[in-house]
Amino acid sequence: MFEEIKRKAKEASKKKAELGPDLNLKEFSLATKPLPKISKLSELQKEEKKSASNVGIEIKERKRSGTFFQINHSVIYENVKQDGLEIMSTTEALKKYSWLKNYWWKAVPVNCDKYTAQAELKQTHGYFIRALPGVKAKFPVQACLFISQNGLAQNVHNIIIAEEGSELQLITGCTIGLHVAKGLHIGISEFFVKKDASVTFSMIHSWGKDVDVRPRTAAIVEENGTFINNYICFKPVKSLQMYPVTYCVGKNSKTSYHTLLYGVGKSYLDVGSKVELIAEGSRAGIITRAIAKDESQIFARGHLIGKHKDTKGHLECRGLLLSERAKIHAIPELEGKASGCELSHEAAVGKIKEEELWYLMSRGFTEEEATSMIIKGFLDPEIIGLPPLLKDQIKKIMEKVVKGL
Amino acid sequence: MLKIENISVSVGEKEIIRNLSLNVKRKERHVIFGPNASGKTTLAMTIMGIPSYKITSGRIFFEGREITKLSIVERAKLGIFLAFQNPPQIRGVTVNSLMQILSKETKGILRKVYLDENIGLRELGVGFSGGEKKRLEIAQAFAMKPKLLILDEIDSGIDIESLRLIGKEINKFLERNKASVIAITHYGYLLDYLNFNKAHVMIRGQIACSGDVKKIWKIISKEGYKWCEKCLRR
Repeated sequence: MFEEIKRKAKEASKKKAELGPDLNLKEFSLATKPLPKISKLSELQKEEKKSASNVGIEIKERKRSGTFFQINHSVIYENVKQDGLEIMSTTEALKKYSWLKNYWWKAVPVNCDKYTAQAELKQTHGYFIRALPGVKAKFPVQACLFISQNGLAQNVHNIIIAEEGSELQLITGCTIGLHVAKGLHIGISEFFVKKDASVTFSMIHSWGKDVDVRPRTAAIVEENGTFINNYICFKPVKSLQMYPVTYCVGKNSKTSYHTLLYGVGKSYLDVGSKVELIAEGSRAGIITRAIAKDESQIFARGHLIGKHKDTKGHLECRGLLLSERAKIHAIPELEGKASGCELSHEAAVGKIKEEELWYLMSRGFTEEEATSMIIKGFLDPEIIGLPPLLKDQIKKIMEKVVKGL
Repeated sequence: MLKIENISVSVGEKEIIRNLSLNVKRKERHVIFGPNASGKTTLAMTIMGIPSYKITSGRIFFEGREITKLSIVERAKLGIFLAFQNPPQIRGVTVNSLMQILSKETKGILRKVYLDENIGLRELGVGFSGGEKKRLEIAQAFAMKPKLLILDEIDSGIDIESLRLIGKEINKFLERNKASVIAITHYGYLLDYLNFNKAHVMIRGQIACSGDVKKIWKIISKEGYKWCEKCLRR
């Protein structure tokens, strides 16, 4: 079976991705020396701690049910704080569980493009996180994928399994060290949400202006399962392209996406959210809010596919342009393949209206204050309707980020 | 308190107000009547300093100081408040986030204008009913405690019972703060709740007549604005 996967990967190793600038993978190094394990996160270097906490990682692991920490190609820390949860590197998990092969590349096709191919052929760990049947994680599990070596390619493959009736929250923070100018992050994430289980996945990215990022994410949601996907990227990045997809294969399965993007400098962000509503009663909601400043370019895609007559989905995208040179391209797609499915979308892109500024100014705010009120509010998780448990957490992170805007 | 001297105002290329003067003293309550498109809102926006309303000649004074060239923010800080006829929708800014900066007593103020506390989490104007929009304008006025309150058609889109209750609160506010008011309206309902001492009729960008509130309203309700046109010609 693995031979077959490898063969497919090799065949796809030169296959360009459908979207985003094409990258020359040879420009990124795969050589790095292994790093020693640490026994607690406080042993991280000061700047590493700072970068990690800016993407939602709790250094003291307070209110966390477990931690996975990878720097470059080394898993330096794993900690499980609650029974019934498993956290380890995927390479280790593959050795431990022979059944894991039944999940390997089952949600994301290995021959999707050269990035998935590289993740298979040159895999550099990634996390395996699993909640056993009926286990409800009290706090989120946190995972950090960190690049500290300039010019390095990190190719992680993550597998997340929420067994029947379990509840899992995962916060993944991806970032770089202070001295990293160039880098490539390829992250495969395959989510399996079983019957009556729920997963809330919140990914926070903080890259650098010369870092390229190609996540490939998919989730398979079974009967009565829920998959919530939150994504936040407020910092510069050279190019980021991803189009995560959820397959609602079980009756009454649900999924929602909340995406907050802030494009600065010359950032190129191409971020989509796709849902295939396959089973009876499956539901999807997609909300994207994007702000483009300077010369940034943002593509905000959304795609809902109704394959069963009793399915519903709504897609919403709002974009705010803060500069004449920036661009936001909202591309919402609705595809009804069964009569009776209800799919809808709304999209609006524009700059801050003068009337809005004048109104706030008549309430005593300066133009700068009024502008910043609108921007902060535009990206406020309170408004896009994040689940309560996570809202405060993400708000804290956002406050930190917004301070630096 | 407010002295407008012979102003002419244009929006784009079009002159809307021509050679208008108005004098509002402290604690005075003025009501301005007028048909659609007679320039009432333009006058309100001009006093507030909204940039798309350009003063081409004339001057405006507030408490003895010329404010013709002052920005919106400066005017707001001096104590001029405009309750907008059509407040914009502002996505991203919630009622709470705005109100809490303006006042420490947000909850009490919302209660005074009969707004449900839950409105605090909603974005400004988004999905608001006509009445909710007007109430929030008044709530902001109460929070900012202006010296001059300009009400632009506060009585449209709101039911009479609510108007009565809110009118009472506005009355209390004006008395307590010794504030002046300029109210723009098409209808007479507001007259029952706010004791105006002077009325004006605006026709085609000019004040056609000024005088006793009851007298003027009686004529308008009987004869319509057509009758006022005559005064302008005189």
